[in-house]
Amino acid sequence: MSIPNIITNRLKRGCETMAYPRGKAPALPDRHGGALRVEADKCADNCDACVPVCPTQAITRTAGAPVALDLGRCIFCAECVAVCPTQAITQTGDHRLAVRRREDLLLGGPGQEQVRLAAALDGKLRKLFGRSLRLRQVSAGGCNACEADVNVLGTIGWDLSRFGIQFVASPRHADGLLITGPVTKNMELALKKTWAAVPEPKIVIAVGACAIAGGPFIGNPEHLGGASSVVPVDLFIPGCPPHPLTILDGLLRLLDRLEEGRVPPAG
Amino acid sequence: MSATTTFALLANSTALPWAEVPEWPVAEFVEATAVELGRGARLCAWFGVPEGSSVRLVAVLAFDADNTLAVGRSTPVEPEGSMPFVVSNCYPSLTARHAQAHLFEREVWEQHGLVPQGHPWLKPVRKTGPGPAPANGEFFRVGGREVHEVAVGPVHAGIIEPGHFRFQCAGEEVLHLEIALGYQHRGVEAALAGGPHRMTMSQMETVAGDTTIGHATAYASVLEALSGTEAPLRAQWLRAVALELERLANHTGDLGALANDVAFLPTASACGKTRGDFLNLTALICGNRFGRGLVRPGGCRHDLEPARAAQLLERLQPALAEVEQAAMWLWESASVRSRFENTGTVFPTQAAEIGLVGPAARASGLVRDVRYDHPAGWHRFAQAPVAVWPGGDVLARARVRWLEVQRSGQFLREQLAAPPEGGIHEALATPAPDMFAVALVEGWRGEVCHAALTDASGRFRRYKITDPSFHNWNGMTLALRGQAISDFPLCNKSFNLSYCGFDL
Repeated sequence: MSIPNIITNRLKRGCETMAYPRGKAPALPDRHGGALRVEADKCADNCDACVPVCPTQAITRTAGAPVALDLGRCIFCAECVAVCPTQAITQTGDHRLAVRRREDLLLGGPGQEQVRLAAALDGKLRKLFGRSLRLRQVSAGGCNACEADVNVLGTIGWDLSRFGIQFVASPRHADGLLITGPVTKNMELALKKTWAAVPEPKIVIAVGACAIAGGPFIGNPEHLGGASSVVPVDLFIPGCPPHPLTILDGLLRLLDRLEEGRVPPAG
Repeated sequence: MSATTTFALLANSTALPWAEVPEWPVAEFVEATAVELGRGARLCAWFGVPEGSSVRLVAVLAFDADNTLAVGRSTPVEPEGSMPFVVSNCYPSLTARHAQAHLFEREVWEQHGLVPQGHPWLKPVRKTGPGPAPANGEFFRVGGREVHEVAVGPVHAGIIEPGHFRFQCAGEEVLHLEIALGYQHRGVEAALAGGPHRMTMSQMETVAGDTTIGHATAYASVLEALSGTEAPLRAQWLRAVALELERLANHTGDLGALANDVAFLPTASACGKTRGDFLNLTALICGNRFGRGLVRPGGCRHDLEPARAAQLLERLQPALAEVEQAAMWLWESASVRSRFENTGTVFPTQAAEIGLVGPAARASGLVRDVRYDHPAGWHRFAQAPVAVWPGGDVLARARVRWLEVQRSGQFLREQLAAPPEGGIHEALATPAPDMFAVALVEGWRGEVCHAALTDASGRFRRYKITDPSFHNWNGMTLALRGQAISDFPLCNKSFNLSYCGFDL
């Protein structure tokens, strides 16, 4: 009975892969909030209400300077949004967060209200990887949430392989690494060896607050404070963990598979 | 029988003054603990509390049948070599008599230098070695010309956490498996000293990221017990709802992953998708798919208003129906059954001896479930039956997950229909000084145990976290004995243990 039942069910369900990126992106949960936006000129003088409530010390304000928010350290708890009396820090609901350079995650300066979204890989790399990217995932102190939401991209709803992106079992078969976790001292050697085993040219993607700066474990002496302490990082995807849509957006952005303007925004 | 025990009794998620915890000279303390374990108690935690240059041992026991926990401690013990000219033989090993103490004693030795005399396999648990890798020590080796050794990890083939597995094999058959972890060690417990700190809550939510609600609830319960604060009933209810959503997501994912490991793709595909649907239900409550930002000491940070609860229930029903359908395919497939049955068996006596918890224990016929045995929070008012399946094999571990998916579903339907009224957060009082608190939570992998001791100013003097994986990794090594090495992925998935929860 089982096999006809399975086939009928399969036919009834049809294709369950989302239309994105050709169609609309799925909406983020309403309480997710998405990317943060900082309008430092709205800050009241001498107000630093957001500074002590931030668990990862992502927000700083020195006397006379505008408020600064490092989205690389942010775990998106939105405590700062809740306490801000002047709506200087707000949630945008935007899932897009991936950047190419670490400094593009620093908000608050003039013209730096939001993250500066990632540009695509340059000519040769884009030609090599644009339609076929094989990644080796290394968890180096990740708590299994980033790992889980990377894994979910392989399920039928997201179907990552339709973009030619796959996770492979060996670094020898890979074009790059996707790293999660703050890079514990105990994983340093394994990560270096895995990186060395990936043939050139190669890229590195750091997923999650831990892999960018240490996340909730910032300052602990048992880790190195993120992937860039050991390997050069080409793409940073913030979040704790980043929503799968945020990760997918980052990957597609890097490979120039998103054409802004043609793709409808989220919502 | 707890009535006759000389340990101090306390209920789950309560506290007692540190001075009221009975103490024995260390040899007598080990003896007293061994006697209680011999009478059926379980070792929830065994750890050291530094006191000057010496260390006290603390045992947290569970008397499941009597629905009570018990705690005892030793008088201070000098670690080996702590003072010149003082000879310390440390203490007689408990592991030699009760295997469930095995990793706990290794951990105490690694953290405090207390040597358990007569421990059969004393080596590091997670500390860094001379190089940038864990100090694994020597592996157990089987001799003989036909025997070969297989080393796997730390970096594995899939998108999973790192750990090292060392197999001793005769041909395909695994004679012995030794698991060496520590790669994920982030210094969680050390960072808690003098806490709670600003980052502590977020760290608790990421002790094991797939058990965010479980660990966060245990931590919140400990702080509430220490400070004499009771979270509002509605918050307790909401935590119980979130805990079952966490269980549903993970169990569904595991059923799919088990199907995938025997190449049965219909169930693998369906469960992979439905797992995400359950995660999205948690995100409906708090915005985060793993439940981060929901549980806080004193209550919860987001409410589940009637309209939101109705939406949750409405989306829950089709997801449950999909898992039911996908699970039926699994049970009806002869090829799946033949791979699951009699693979990776852990016998009930072994399971009891090594102190398994959670679905792995219940799949070996052991009736233990914190929600039922040690109800705290909302589980004092609402319980689900304990899901037990005999057999101890991969099939049994899959069946227990399936039973729990059904029962969690039923629990949620009942709870969402009758929410308690009221607020969701109570201001947390200051933790009392020199108090000891224990909280157990039945996370989806099993018993999450948090124990805390405050200092004279009410800050954490010692905070001990025991993830269910700490009890259960040994179960996997036993499951592999006599198995074909090719069944390792299947056995591994049937336990699906946490690396970071173990490594802390």
